[in-house]
Amino acid sequence: MSAIASGAPAGSARRAAAPHTRDRVLPLLALPALLFFVAFGVVPLIGVLVLSFTTWDGIGEITFSGLTSWREVLADPQLAHGLWVTFQVMALSWLVQTPASLLLGVFLAGHQRYRAVLAVIFFIPLLLSSAAIAVAYQALLDPNFGLGAGLGIDLLVQDWLGDPKLAMGVIVFIVSWQFIPFHALIYQGGVRQIPRSMYEAAQIDGAGRVRQFFSITLPQLKYTIITSSTLMVVGSVTFFDLIFVLTQGGPGDATRVLALDMYKRGFQANLMGPASVIAVIIVLIGLGLALLLRRIGGASNPAASQLDGA
Amino acid sequence: MAVTATEIEQSTVAPARSGRRRRTPLRGWNWIGGTAAWLWLVVVIVPIYWIVITSFKTQSTYFVTNPLAPPAEPTLENYRLVLEADFATYFANSVIVAVGTVVPAVLLAFMAAFAIVRGGHSRFLRWVNGLFLMGLAIPLQAAVIPVYLIIIRMRLYDTLGAIILPSIAFALPLSVLVLSNFIRDVPKELFESMRMDGATTWMMLWRLAFPLTRPAVVTVAIYNMLQVWNGFLLPLVLTQSPEQRTLPLALWTFQGEYGVNVPAILASVVLTTLPIVILYAIGRRQLLSGLTAGIGK
Repeated sequence: MSAIASGAPAGSARRAAAPHTRDRVLPLLALPALLFFVAFGVVPLIGVLVLSFTTWDGIGEITFSGLTSWREVLADPQLAHGLWVTFQVMALSWLVQTPASLLLGVFLAGHQRYRAVLAVIFFIPLLLSSAAIAVAYQALLDPNFGLGAGLGIDLLVQDWLGDPKLAMGVIVFIVSWQFIPFHALIYQGGVRQIPRSMYEAAQIDGAGRVRQFFSITLPQLKYTIITSSTLMVVGSVTFFDLIFVLTQGGPGDATRVLALDMYKRGFQANLMGPASVIAVIIVLIGLGLALLLRRIGGASNPAASQLDGA
Repeated sequence: MAVTATEIEQSTVAPARSGRRRRTPLRGWNWIGGTAAWLWLVVVIVPIYWIVITSFKTQSTYFVTNPLAPPAEPTLENYRLVLEADFATYFANSVIVAVGTVVPAVLLAFMAAFAIVRGGHSRFLRWVNGLFLMGLAIPLQAAVIPVYLIIIRMRLYDTLGAIILPSIAFALPLSVLVLSNFIRDVPKELFESMRMDGATTWMMLWRLAFPLTRPAVVTVAIYNMLQVWNGFLLPLVLTQSPEQRTLPLALWTFQGEYGVNVPAILASVVLTTLPIVILYAIGRRQLLSGLTAGIGK
């Protein structure tokens, strides 16, 4: 879908521009936004690479120190652990969110009024800040005074945030609780664009609902799945707020994802050099994953598979 | 168990209702999807319901009553406590940061998007467009250390401006993308006839393109408002004194101070979310349709 759509905007832009003579005001209009973005987006991105070759405690002088920080981080077992934890969060939340949002998205694509109401309610968790969600779930999951203890359901009375495996599960659950509605909405849009005639033809051929889902809906949603997966996977490399407030990376280092590792090294241990190394690694992983998913999708436009499409 | 009751009811009602529509329903009701949807409704509603009712309980009744039963004697005591903990200041800070970010971000993004769409022949503007598209891939987390350095050097550390400036920059890429997708839909003939009447580019921007794409502008504004209102990392890293705290940060420190007073903590959660819920109620239709149009049909 986005492969087809991606060609259109470029084409129409060219057509729109063709009859005009050069307008000298237009480049000026783009200048303020460009300056802002370069100052606080592009420069920091280059800056973080530069800082990864320096020693800095966050307050004093910045001194060039070559590959010291890189050697330190690459030799630190914490890096492998951080990568593994980040990968776990990414893979588990993808595995939970994708089937669930597909299922909900297909259902919400129906035009019945109550389904629209459901979609509105589903969207509510997305309005809450991650900090608010973490604070609320911490109280809700408390083994002594939380919801489970209050209801007297033994299964729900667990040391949710004190057990490494459970804490990981809790994070995946809360991430899904927060973001499934968003991806369901993307799938809802995708399903509504599938030509109805395809289903009618399948019905005449005697295909059941399940068969229709696997032979029509799923293949037709290929690009939507890639868009949604890219947002999920690339987003999960940078999870910070929720985990910071909920577990602080604990118990122990069980949920210390890369973004948290970067923060702790930089702003708590005052080691900005190694923290910048982690930041560079985060950028590289994010870009690598986005490119990988684009290749799987076979889209030619870099933005197309990710966000473009209207 | 009310769920199963409504589920059965819906399952029998739904086909009949959709049958009346112009589009005839495809055979049968989507059982699996339907069950999932009603189940998900419970998963979403229960925590939210629990947060709201608990915020009206006293600390002593919280420990002894059924957590899912509404309070017998609702109290506003928790809300009073939260407001006395300086939440009015934090609220004001959040409003300043949100408005201070969203208004310039949307205006700058609109001007840039207009230039990119109308000046597609210019090599410079094509390059700008490409830069913003790549900007979508820059995660804020990875840029935060140099941003911190820049803010210190600008002597803006521990001010609201420190949060606003980078927030504007990181709101731009997606805003430019969504807005330019919508400006492309404005018929070229309108621009042509306005030019014939002697309008300048500046006039076409604000008197033609801006009013015609207002739904997109509102969508982008609400989306950015949501992001900035809930932002945590920038306030955490770029401010330190309580006077500059924004709401998400205040929630976190409040929880540290009032750890055992769960109803008060949940009251603070409700209070900080309320403005965004109101905003959602007003702009919901535009936000949802605009996001799907802008992000991935």
